[in-house]
Amino acid sequence: MMLTLQFLPYSEIEPLSSNSRIRKILNLVRENKIVLMEGRLKPNEETDLIQRTMENLSKDFKGIELCTVYPNVKDKFLKGLLVNILIGDRTGLTVVGPANIVKEIKRDPNKILLLTENVRRKRKK
Amino acid sequence: MIIRLRDFISNVFYKLFQQRKSLKLGIYGPPNAGKTTLANRICRDWIGEEMGSVSKIPHETRNVQQKEKIKIKHKRKELTFNLIDTPGIATKIDYEDFLKFRLPQKEAKKRAKEATKGVIEAIKWLDGMDAVLVVVDATLNPYSQVNLTIIGNLAARNIPVLVVANKIDIRKANIKKVESAFPQYEVVGISAEKGHNVEEFYESLFRLVK
Repeated sequence: MMLTLQFLPYSEIEPLSSNSRIRKILNLVRENKIVLMEGRLKPNEETDLIQRTMENLSKDFKGIELCTVYPNVKDKFLKGLLVNILIGDRTGLTVVGPANIVKEIKRDPNKILLLTENVRRKRKK
Repeated sequence: MIIRLRDFISNVFYKLFQQRKSLKLGIYGPPNAGKTTLANRICRDWIGEEMGSVSKIPHETRNVQQKEKIKIKHKRKELTFNLIDTPGIATKIDYEDFLKFRLPQKEAKKRAKEATKGVIEAIKWLDGMDAVLVVVDATLNPYSQVNLTIIGNLAARNIPVLVVANKIDIRKANIKKVESAFPQYEVVGISAEKGHNVEEFYESLFRLVK
């Protein structure tokens, strides 16, 4: 099975409204792509993403796996607060994948472990 | 006489205001963390009845449940609140996961559909909370995105949070890991089912809403 990782640079997300950001991510995920987004969504966008995912569940779309990795909160507060206000929160990485392909994303806490459906099946054999 | 009358009027207004404005205490967390077990523990302790049914099958609570005017007392302090138990927040729901618990297919599909609506309802209720207990399963990795998303949202809304590390009666439980995942919040370890450390939990609850 071939996995598609789609990189989404912050410059592509930045001009979009919250609604459009979520739609863009969900559209890519529904095409069975794993989205690697530069930066992170706002807290309310994360819950909106979950809410919209629930509204769009179907026989073929079982949901998403979501994971955000970002630098230490203290560092962010001291160095990045002003930068974030000026140019947006582009620190960190957000990974969103379709639940039918990505079984689990583990964040532990500064690395990401991505467990896919295919890997599990191979292990069982 | 005038002073007494003024005190009497302000007292009446204070009581009226207190009755009208009930504190909303929400219980949030991922499925199977023990939210309803904790709600039942609080309700049994203070009003002698349960909030809802619990099950090992995820998404047992699929509607927001509420008990009004729960009055708790602790060390001469008194607190009245509306307790709101919410469905577990998840990013995926597949009816096939329920089949593993030997649910018939029709029932599993119904459960999945209701659970989906439950997640949406739980998110919608976030806005109206005055304080929230985030219940996490202390035997699991606390760095799950659902935990982080819930806490991130509450922080953005300036809603006070108490992290409840549940299931400490199980050997695998690791409160230290929960504490290190959420260093900016008070974490209290309990077993809602067995009643371990409940006194400390009530103390933390008073600190949360003081």
